[in-house]
Amino acid sequence: MPDVYVLIFAPGGAAARAALEPLGAGRALAEGLGGKLAGVVVGAGAEEVAAEARRRADAVIHVTGDHLRAYEADAFTAAAEHALKGRDAAAVLTLADAVGREVAPRLAARLGGSPLTEVSGAQVEDGRPVFTRPVFGGKAVAKLVGRRAPVVVTVKAGAFEAPAESGAEAPLETIQAPAVEPAVEVLAREAAPAAGVPLDAAPVVVSGGRGVGGPEPFQKELKELAEALGGAVGASLAAVDAGWVPQSYQVGQTGTAVAPTVYIAVGISGASQHLAGISGAKHVVAINKDKDAPIFRVAEVGLVGEWKPIVDALIRAVKAGK
Amino acid sequence: MHVVVCIKHILDPEMPPASFRIAEDGRSPVEAGLPRAIGPFDQNALEVALKLKDARPETTVTVLTAGPAEANEALRKALALNADRAVRVDLERLPGPDSATVAALLAAAIRRLEPAPDLVLVGRQSGDWDQGVVGPVLAEKLGAAIVGLGYAAEPADGGVIITRQVDDGIEKVRPKRAAVVTVTNHESNVLRLPKLKDVVAAHRKPIDVIPAAELGVPLDEPLVEAVSLSIPQREAHCEFLEGEPEEMAAALAERIRRWLSA
Ligand SMILES: Cc1cc2nc3c(=O)[nH]c(=O)nc-3n(C[C@H](O)[C@H](O)[C@H](O)COP(=O)(O)OP(=O)(O)OC[C@H]3O[C@@H](n4cnc5c(N)ncnc54)[C@H](O)[C@@H]3O)c2cc1C
Repeated sequence: MPDVYVLIFAPGGAAARAALEPLGAGRALAEGLGGKLAGVVVGAGAEEVAAEARRRADAVIHVTGDHLRAYEADAFTAAAEHALKGRDAAAVLTLADAVGREVAPRLAARLGGSPLTEVSGAQVEDGRPVFTRPVFGGKAVAKLVGRRAPVVVTVKAGAFEAPAESGAEAPLETIQAPAVEPAVEVLAREAAPAAGVPLDAAPVVVSGGRGVGGPEPFQKELKELAEALGGAVGASLAAVDAGWVPQSYQVGQTGTAVAPTVYIAVGISGASQHLAGISGAKHVVAINKDKDAPIFRVAEVGLVGEWKPIVDALIRAVKAGK
Repeated sequence: MHVVVCIKHILDPEMPPASFRIAEDGRSPVEAGLPRAIGPFDQNALEVALKLKDARPETTVTVLTAGPAEANEALRKALALNADRAVRVDLERLPGPDSATVAALLAAAIRRLEPAPDLVLVGRQSGDWDQGVVGPVLAEKLGAAIVGLGYAAEPADGGVIITRQVDDGIEKVRPKRAAVVTVTNHESNVLRLPKLKDVVAAHRKPIDVIPAAELGVPLDEPLVEAVSLSIPQREAHCEFLEGEPEEMAAALAERIRRWLSA
């Protein structure tokens, strides 16, 4: 049977918020291929995550072992390989986060399959899985296939919904992963400075780009506007590269994908790679001095002019209306 | 220390979307006559390598690319920034999204380098097909450690310490053996500009060319193929607010209030 497997990484029992979403893509593929959908939960202490998966898949394999308490690339790759070796997988899917990006292509190489990444669509055409994803920074969309099974695929967060609970409990198989000597030693770890509202959950995001001209506006006007609206501050890659804000502020294809009710782009041109991160926004506002900036092609409301007088006035208007 | 940086000569990602067209085969872009650049994250990777060389001048930096002769332009840019050696795996055309095959070619080329590298740096993704597959597959083929999303490297008693992004912050790690690092952007690794005299000198520096056919990697068995490419259509429907900043701001504040209470 051509089955579909979804890898759910849960080091020490904690899985990413979107880790079950690829099961949604997996279900569509399994139905199209006439196979079953199996979850593979990798991590020590991940019984709860395995239980979640059992309510959504047709079978669940839990790969565990003492060395799977914290994420380590070699250990988690070997554990996934151990679970999948010898199974008849047509496709193996996992979330495109830091872990999935490291593990999936290597797993493809080990299983003799084909790596595909960051897909936002999956369907069966002519009996084979076909995946879609933006390429060339969003200027085009590609349909891609893997020529050697299994295709090992990372799935973009937010592209699929985790399937609803089926009401049944799928059978569970628990296996021990072979111990693996870690290839890197972690010397220090620093949590990101806790910003107020997390970018990916904020109802309003106010982002600044190269056009705001320096680091100060991120501490002053943009921050003040975001706070007045109960939102968070974001930035373009250009602002990050200029050193005006840390990388954690970056919105876009290679930053955070945001989905606020209101997105306000200040001094951002609207490069396709930036737009790739805001497709989930309900209402986009652009403030830019160039009326031909591409950002106005996706904005619902545009304000053409110097950003500072406009944002200053906007802060006053928002505060006055409270 | 020997550091290899893999760079790709891609269609300039900053070119306007209107210049992007699909070729007759329906599954690749038109490339002729369009500007090219070193992939943006490959530029970051090169800067990380050059900083290691600044800190320890005895560091050797080799830049490696796979592609046609035009890709020499990318290598020359790196040579102008004082990379020590440049190597190109010669193939007429890169196989689009089939990055695993490219990674196999690069791995085979790296295995020929002497001394064997201590560190291989690659951009987190290319900036064109953006598969992000070369780094991890290289690590696999070379039996190297993988460090994802690194942005800085510092020498440390014989080895190297990499600073990298993780989902909830940053981490400093020390690979226990040769490592492949996929590099992401950070204010500290924006690629420096070359000096004019070095640009001129770079044209006289040699580029080693290895024919792809010599590397024992099958080139007619792609692992990944594009079935089709299409250009997403967006309809512009922007309403421009008019007037003085105060008037525009008042109108916008009103709309935002409505949206947030809907
Ligand atoms: C593979 C890849 C991944 C990428 N990932 C991302 C990503 O995740 N996120 C991202 O943002 N980018 C990303 N980029 C970069 C992207 O292509 C652009 O370079 C970047 O988004 C540009 O940032 P910007 O809009 O701030 O700067 P610019 O393009 O320089 O735009 C500045 C804008 O500010 C306006 N302006 C200037 N002065 C003023 C003023 N006084 N008042 C009002 N307006 C003013 C200008 O008219 C202009 O439109 C990526 C690129 C590649 C190749």
